[in-house]
Amino acid sequence: MIMVPRPHAHNLVAWAKDRPDVVVLSADLTASCEADLFRDAYPDRFFSMGMAEQNMIGVAAGLAREGYTPCVHTFAVFITRRAFDQVAMAIAYPNLRVRLFGFLPGITTPGGVTHQAIDDIALMRAIPNMHIIEVGDATEVESALDVADAIDGPVYLRMLRGEVPRLFPPHHPLQANGVRDLGDGDDITLVSSGICTQEAMAAAKVMRAAGLTVQHLHVSTLKPFPADILCAALRPHRGPVLSIENHSIIGGLGSALAEVMAEAALARPLVRLGLRDTYAHGASTPYLMAKLGIDTAGILAAAGARLGVDFSDANPCCDTDAVPAASFDAKPEAL
Amino acid sequence: MSAPELSPTRIANTAQRIRRRVLAHTLSNNGGYLSQACSTSEALATLYSGLMRLGPSLAPSLPLPFAHVPGPGRPYFSGALYNGPREDHLDRFIFSPVHYALVLYATLIECGRMGPEALDLFNTDGSTVELIGAEHSPGHEVTAGSLAQALSQAAGIALARKIRRASGRVWVFMSDGEFQEGQTWEAIAAMAFHEIDNLTMVVDCNGQQCDGAMQQVMNIEPLAARITAFGGLAHELDGHDPAALIAAAAQPSQGRPVALLLRTDPCRGIDALRQRAPKLHYVRFKNDAERQPYIERLAQLNEELPS
Repeated sequence: MIMVPRPHAHNLVAWAKDRPDVVVLSADLTASCEADLFRDAYPDRFFSMGMAEQNMIGVAAGLAREGYTPCVHTFAVFITRRAFDQVAMAIAYPNLRVRLFGFLPGITTPGGVTHQAIDDIALMRAIPNMHIIEVGDATEVESALDVADAIDGPVYLRMLRGEVPRLFPPHHPLQANGVRDLGDGDDITLVSSGICTQEAMAAAKVMRAAGLTVQHLHVSTLKPFPADILCAALRPHRGPVLSIENHSIIGGLGSALAEVMAEAALARPLVRLGLRDTYAHGASTPYLMAKLGIDTAGILAAAGARLGVDFSDANPCCDTDAVPAASFDAKPEAL
Repeated sequence: MSAPELSPTRIANTAQRIRRRVLAHTLSNNGGYLSQACSTSEALATLYSGLMRLGPSLAPSLPLPFAHVPGPGRPYFSGALYNGPREDHLDRFIFSPVHYALVLYATLIECGRMGPEALDLFNTDGSTVELIGAEHSPGHEVTAGSLAQALSQAAGIALARKIRRASGRVWVFMSDGEFQEGQTWEAIAAMAFHEIDNLTMVVDCNGQQCDGAMQQVMNIEPLAARITAFGGLAHELDGHDPAALIAAAAQPSQGRPVALLLRTDPCRGIDALRQRAPKLHYVRFKNDAERQPYIERLAQLNEELPS
């Protein structure tokens, strides 16, 4: 498993090189959100807005009205919770080309409930005109900006920072339709997003080794939700469907999938893994993923319960390809 | 700046016409944001009589019906077209307390940017002449009904224009109640920090808000000292004196965002309103006896102002 150090920091500088319209706004979390290299490379296009997110969102809206492409950087909680009204009224209603980079998705930080964005997708999904991209690896970090750039309207990007694994080859960048086919099979379907995809890949490997056929779909576009692609992929099979997300099971991937499956009359049982209408607390990512049942072992346990198979003897850690998601953040304490 | 229209006498006359139009509408509609016309008719008349450098309206005299909300690939009608073209040498007007929409509509009419029949569409279904304006409403550029959000957006517009070295100013019309919201102070601090000095806040300090007198609801004074402490440049003046507004606006901005604090009388020109103080936010008549003094005042204004 290749780990890529600070992919967004480097990619943003390269991507914005010949894009004078791209400006970066940061709310006192510039290095923490990997906008520091942009700041140093293009100081005239970087604006320090201080700890004042509501104003930052409004200023970004004004810049967008004047033809700039503002890239707002802060932690996901501060965009989606603290400045929700501003995002909805100043940016989303007028459908402005603002890119909102939300870092520390879900439980990828030991910073506790104040820093853990467990409801950001739910909040952003509820806003008309908003688009949502969630990255799952370094390749998607590096290609999300191109996908966002083609969108005529606001985009919320659920980002990863620090040491990010490369799960997908660079020549397979993020696609606008937002679904990656990671294998087909009839016994069970895994639908995963963000950091949970790495865990789901490891779980799928264990299940396949046990003789099961596993369908695995990675979703990186939460809105618009790729309903047609998912329905076409899910329809031919009969087994249970597991959604796995680093987010509340209310309003995120699992909810969106449930809506789509119900509307398409896809009669397959759905099990939603994620935060089960609860908060997390300050602790390491692997600890919390295990506690919440969204790590490899948790996915295997949920799948096993549905399939009547006991995977408890399987040891995914012996698999050299399976790197625990703990390694996502080289400096998790960088708050 | 020395447009021929900038005559205080003429502006005062326009202001009375705005007041009269809002009063007439409030009577025929049995309700309206009347006090806001009392406090700001002079300020809006001054801004629209040439203090702001605006091109001619690009919008139809009769406002278009509401077409659709903005979205990808859907051209959206901007109410800012009533304020003329968007060009760097011209000024921009951002209207923040959109509960004052009726007063702005009356101003556009009295300043020849919109037809008088537009008010017949006020608060009617399917119309853009909305009760609380949004960015499709005549004269409005941003959707500011969630108060105190427009200043930050105006700051972004001003910042972009500063980067482009645009010569025009950005004028933000505000009400003093918006200084209770934290975002206003975030915006002033940020503008001072980034030396956004091509923006002028014109603030209706009428001391009134929905629950009543601001002194009783949540004090914001001393407002000038607070703005100064946040890095802004504040001027206090009589909001009913066009000459004072013109003079204050001509002061150099000294690298700072400017706030013109207009001390205004929320009952100016319609004394009958004083009986309702301190509940002046929205006026509705319960019976003919309540309505009568306003009818008499309208008759007086009609005599004073040749149509």
